[in-house]
Amino acid sequence: MKINYSEKIPNNVNLSSDRRLQRALERWQPGYLKWWDELGPEKSTGHEVYLRTAVSVEKEGWAHFDYVKMPDYRWGIFLTPSDSDRTINFGIHKGQPAWQEVPGEYRSELRRLIVTQGDTEPASVEQQRLLGKTCPSLYDLRNLFQVNVEEGRHLWAMVYLLQGYFGRDGREEAEAMLERHSGDPDKPRILEAFNEETPDWLSYFMFTYFTDRDGNFQLGSLAESGFDPLSRTCRFMLTEEAHHMFVGETGVGRIVQRACDLMKDHKTENTGATDGVRQYGGIDLETIQKYLNFHFSVSTDLFGQELSTNAATYYNTGIKGRFGETKINDDHLLHDSSYSILELNSEKIVNTEVPALNAVNERLRDDYIKDCDLGVRRWNKIIEDAGIDFRLKLPHRAFHRGIGQFSEIQTDPEGEIITQSEWDRRHSEWMPSQQDQAYVQSLMQPVTEPGKIAGWIAPPRGKINRHPFEYEFVRFN
Amino acid sequence: MIEFNTHPDKYQHWTIDFDCPIATLKLKVNEDGGLHSGYKLKLNSYDLGVDIELHDAVQRLRFEHPEIKAVVLTSAMDKVFCAGANIKMLGLSTHAHKVNFCKFTNETRNSIEDASRFSGQTYITAINGTAAGGGYELALASEYIMLVDDGSSTVSLPEVPLLAVLPGTGGLTRIVDKRKVRRDHADYFCTITEGIRGKRAENWKLIDELVPRSKFEQKVEERAIEFANKSSRPTDAKGIALNPLNRKIEENRITYDHVSVEYERQSGIVNLTIHAPDGDLPTDLESIHAAGANYWPLAMARELDDAIMHLSFNELELGTWVFRTQGEADQITIIDQTLIRHQEHWLVREIILNIKRVFKRLDLASRSLVTLIEPGSCFAGTLLELVFAADRSYMLDGTFEGGNEVPAMLRSTEMNFGPLPMCNELTRLQTRFLNDPENVENVRAEIGKDLDAVFADELGLVTFIPDDIDWEDEVRIAVEERASFSPDALTGMEASLRFAGPETLETKIFGRLTAWQNWIFQRPNAVGEQGALKLYGTGKQAGFDKKRV
Repeated sequence: MKINYSEKIPNNVNLSSDRRLQRALERWQPGYLKWWDELGPEKSTGHEVYLRTAVSVEKEGWAHFDYVKMPDYRWGIFLTPSDSDRTINFGIHKGQPAWQEVPGEYRSELRRLIVTQGDTEPASVEQQRLLGKTCPSLYDLRNLFQVNVEEGRHLWAMVYLLQGYFGRDGREEAEAMLERHSGDPDKPRILEAFNEETPDWLSYFMFTYFTDRDGNFQLGSLAESGFDPLSRTCRFMLTEEAHHMFVGETGVGRIVQRACDLMKDHKTENTGATDGVRQYGGIDLETIQKYLNFHFSVSTDLFGQELSTNAATYYNTGIKGRFGETKINDDHLLHDSSYSILELNSEKIVNTEVPALNAVNERLRDDYIKDCDLGVRRWNKIIEDAGIDFRLKLPHRAFHRGIGQFSEIQTDPEGEIITQSEWDRRHSEWMPSQQDQAYVQSLMQPVTEPGKIAGWIAPPRGKINRHPFEYEFVRFN
Repeated sequence: MIEFNTHPDKYQHWTIDFDCPIATLKLKVNEDGGLHSGYKLKLNSYDLGVDIELHDAVQRLRFEHPEIKAVVLTSAMDKVFCAGANIKMLGLSTHAHKVNFCKFTNETRNSIEDASRFSGQTYITAINGTAAGGGYELALASEYIMLVDDGSSTVSLPEVPLLAVLPGTGGLTRIVDKRKVRRDHADYFCTITEGIRGKRAENWKLIDELVPRSKFEQKVEERAIEFANKSSRPTDAKGIALNPLNRKIEENRITYDHVSVEYERQSGIVNLTIHAPDGDLPTDLESIHAAGANYWPLAMARELDDAIMHLSFNELELGTWVFRTQGEADQITIIDQTLIRHQEHWLVREIILNIKRVFKRLDLASRSLVTLIEPGSCFAGTLLELVFAADRSYMLDGTFEGGNEVPAMLRSTEMNFGPLPMCNELTRLQTRFLNDPENVENVRAEIGKDLDAVFADELGLVTFIPDDIDWEDEVRIAVEERASFSPDALTGMEASLRFAGPETLETKIFGRLTAWQNWIFQRPNAVGEQGALKLYGTGKQAGFDKKRV
């Protein structure tokens, strides 16, 4: 289906035939644009950015590139085309036709999931709004903006569902998305990780690698939903989310690369903060590990409690599945199966079998951790190729947790339980200290000349739509 | 055995911060601190143990802290105020425990309202996160509800859609009766799991004030001070310590200083005897204060309260409670006169209010209550209420053969004519004589005088007055016969007969708890294999029998 650009709100959902929804969205749009103006990327409205815009949801056509002023970006509503025979794949409604309308009995659960997911989209734009001022290159600035406009579009996607399927409550929730703001003392974003600042580009790349990956797994589970419009929306969002994680993975990889290059160039084997690459303006591997520890642990929290009634209900009622549900070989009911999780048992971390239905969150977290590890291996390949005896590593899932049973204890990155006083004494060995943050912050000087790049990060290998790194990806007006 | 005595030093779930004239009661439930095993008290959900601490705190704030004029109820958890009663706990509990639990929590909520209304210690609630079910009901017991306007904190009563039961702590009654929320708004509110937040919660009167997150603490303090400024409590008085009860529990007996309890397990009977004090009694405020928790009317009431709670929860099969008194009626008369003379004083006021609450708890007990009036007894004034609280009373006409005691007498004091109302806000005498209100005046005309059995019978104060020939058989047969009836039918019958007269918030709450909630608690739609309460937390969906009854 072609996207209808003749309308105010581009879409492939035949919006023009639904006057009520169209009017609701048109009423919401000015508020959105105002929000973008106030809390989107700072002082960017005049920039012409070489952006990808979806022009069709078909495989070949969803990436169309051109210079765009961000406020003019065609935020629209695109769903993966419907498969009229789609059935629900799991839970008690398994085998029944997917719902085209919200079932009344699951209205509030579906709404809560969509609101929680939707709230993260504008949140990350808000968190990243100052990064444009310190970009390491035009290539990275363009990628930041690309991520930002797409997060904005993902908000549109969730708002479409709220406005289109949830009546007055949905409209109120859509308004509330623009009223909550990241870090706002009065109306913060719903999830804590989205109220943290993204103060520098190392944090940004870590965020897009770890936290956007959480989003990817959440969207993946929602893409399995029995509520078809949600499923179709999420499936299309996933195609864009992949790019955000790519930005994170390559961004961290390029910082690692630069650290390795500097070590080789200056013939130092020191991977730490002193007497190592910091002398030459790079970010040392140990500091990268600390940032990794922080971002991995707060992102791990986003999966919620290890044992969750809500998650069990969502699964059983066909609202939210597991990641890759249809590829899993089991009964897709989970009424009688168990799942092995790590549990805190009288101050030891042990394996325990629990009802699989209640462990759906934990299973998703397991999938997530496995996926996170793949990128870490690729970063380690860079280090290995440079002949450096150092490896990055994901910390234990019990490390530095704020949610779930492990939030009651402190552990070191290996998962060994330690006392609070030991944590207080040693946490700066494992987490970015104020000095580390100040150092990274001191590197954040803008580089905006085409083809130039900051000294703490290596240039990218890849191209954007066949344009090399030297291309003028952003024109300042 | 469930223990009702505790102390702030032992609290696991609550902390009290004092910032005179404001106290803040903060809830942070210890997940692993449940009264029984098998559940974790997540998200500030509670079980009976949490409420026992709350009950203790409310009592201590009244007696130990006259300087506290407003109490703020809030949570020490981030984003969660209170998730209500723990559902896993309810699922694992017997029906009897569920009912007792609901009743006890209701009595605690009522005592909170009693403190706001009569003690000059006003409760306000600062909802700083999600308040669901019993969590919101806790807020409803306070006089003023403040909700943080953070875009996500909600109040909710999700029992119907989530659990197929009713809010068990007066929620339905309080929203329409106390807060006067419109019934259609209430209907909508009670059928959504996610609750209502922000402006709509305020517009619908579910809360009193919506406050931005950054100003929350400051506003709460301001409001608390405003309520404190209206208080009738003294500023410079010293409280009295509620010392631990002197109690000895044996297999078939509990002994306190002024109350003794003996079981006849075979016949399901408990004999409760209240002993009047000997010797000189304090009559001025200074010596009352010096006596503190040892002052008889306070000590006796605390002991009786403990006995009632203990028997209600721990001795389910002892279905008939038989009350007796022993001692000098003159002593009780002196005490009553002293209390009435100083009733405006904060401490004496608290002592009277406490007696009132204990007797209310007795009215609500799901046990048959029988009072026996024998020679040597002292059914005067405060203790005369035990005659009126009973389902039936027997007064010996004359003396037992060969005994040299004087015949039993009844004596009324001012305490029988106002300070100790029932849940229906009438005195027990008014409730007794609904048919003939003038008879209350006839009794009053005899105030302070000893009334023998024949006169007491004539005034309608006792049920039967057997003489010593019939006494033993009459009493024995009555008690034995009662023990043979269905306990359920008896409880229902007694509760229906005890609360004649007007409905009040409290009678409605308890009446509906008994009738509706307890019925629904038994139904397969809630507790059957496919019931919503049974399946909650498993993720499985309840199956309902769709027939309306």
